[in-house]
Amino acid sequence: MKVDKVIAPAQSILPLQLRAVGYSVGKTRLLDGIDLTVRAGKRLVVMGPNGAGKSLLLRLCHGLIAPTSGSVSWQTQDPRPAAQAMVLQRPVVLRRSVRANLDYPLALAGYARAARDEMVQKTLARFGLIALAERPARLLSGGEQQRLALARAWALRPQVLFLDEPSAALDPSATRAIEDLIGQFSAEGITIVMTSHDLFQARRLAQDIAFLHRGRLIEHGPAAQFFDAPQTPQARDFLGGALIW
Amino acid sequence: MDGPFLIALGLIASGDPALTDIIALSLKVTLTAVSIGCLIGLPLGAGLALAQFPCRGAIVVAFNALMGLPPVVAGLLVYLMLSRSGPLGDLALLFTPTAMVIAQAILILPIVISLTRSVVEDLWAEYREQLRSLGAGRLRAVPTLLWDGRVSLVTGILAGFGRASAEVGAVLIVGGNIAGHTRTMTTAITLETSRGSLGLAVALGIILLLITLSLNAAAWGLAQSARGRLG
Ligand SMILES: Nc1ncnc2c1ncn2[C@@H]1O[C@H](COP(=O)(O)OP(=O)(O)O)[C@@H](O)[C@H]1O
Ligand SMILES: [Mg+2]
Repeated sequence: MKVDKVIAPAQSILPLQLRAVGYSVGKTRLLDGIDLTVRAGKRLVVMGPNGAGKSLLLRLCHGLIAPTSGSVSWQTQDPRPAAQAMVLQRPVVLRRSVRANLDYPLALAGYARAARDEMVQKTLARFGLIALAERPARLLSGGEQQRLALARAWALRPQVLFLDEPSAALDPSATRAIEDLIGQFSAEGITIVMTSHDLFQARRLAQDIAFLHRGRLIEHGPAAQFFDAPQTPQARDFLGGALIW
Repeated sequence: MDGPFLIALGLIASGDPALTDIIALSLKVTLTAVSIGCLIGLPLGAGLALAQFPCRGAIVVAFNALMGLPPVVAGLLVYLMLSRSGPLGDLALLFTPTAMVIAQAILILPIVISLTRSVVEDLWAEYREQLRSLGAGRLRAVPTLLWDGRVSLVTGILAGFGRASAEVGAVLIVGGNIAGHTRTMTTAITLETSRGSLGLAVALGIILLLITLSLNAAAWGLAQSARGRLG
């Protein structure tokens, strides 16, 4: 079988560089002094207790919020390149059919009707959504909606995909399906940056780990090293299950 | 002599031309007014929901208050505008169906604007980050939000249609209740009742009730089926 390769990008938007990034609301510093480089081709899992700032970090990278200090810069110097997509922690599917949900961002991106129809059809097939194509997206199960959210992001042909807790509210079999898809995306050459609070999931998926604690990035490196020999007491507590908040 | 109910049923059953003409004009006026109200009110309401500018709050409150504008006051305002000595007197629109359309559109517009603003505002809170992530800015979000709020919007617009078609004060003042020209169901009922000719009044009353009933049935059915179909 011929593998459907992602169209080779004209120019890589990666690496993504965060330099001394801070994010404050009022006087509260929610993220502080974050230096992070996202390299092409890796699966990076951002870990940390609840409220550590994982979602904020991904939204900053994706360009949904702007840092209040420091800089977020892409290789192309584009402030917000198109070749990146995100699945939000609580993705919103539009009150339309599954097909229309997939078509929507492609229409925004300016693809012509015929090209869109072909891309949507391919995406439906790729994600096992053909039987659901005409169903109202809001009536899908949680697992199906999450699959649609992933499909919608994938259809944009991103070089990097940000996934915020992609399987947080799902049962084990749906979680398994999502993890399989993430593995396939990665094999297709899409860079993955995801958050997870699930240690087992992180072990299964991560090549690199970034560990956030109270808005600071206190560990960053290969996953094996993080799990076998965490450098900070916070990470040790977290891995031992003692640090949840 | 037959009672007014029998006469009314007779008129309805025979499709009396005086009756059908009045119904047709009423529906035409209200439908046109609702269409104009939607054409202006939907984008304006959505814009009000998404825009950020000073005194936005005051404008929101003003449109909410205007929903309760007494129809006679709206009629009076349009009368002053269109009367011979008014600023638009040269158009000679007073006592025409157009004048009635204008008056009703003024009554419906605040309803559509306020309804749209509240529906779109709620959706925007939910959709904002997602739409931005998918590449839609504020302006491009407007049609998206209107479409995704379509069920609530249509339900509200049907209610606005009901209010306009049941209204008598404004159309009486600016239309003048001229037979065969500006006589609507509500103005005819007023006149025929005061003349003691109750048959036609009751016939029109029945039709008006049926219209209100079917509008409400349509709104209810739409909401029900949308819940099943759209989630
Ligand atoms: N707009 C905001 N205003 C105030 N506090 C916020 C805002 N957004 C997030 N926070 C706070 O920032 C912290 C980090 O949030 P988040 O990134 O969602 O955490 P998590 O690591 O669980 O994803 C939380 O304590 C949250 O309450
Ligand atoms: Mg989060």
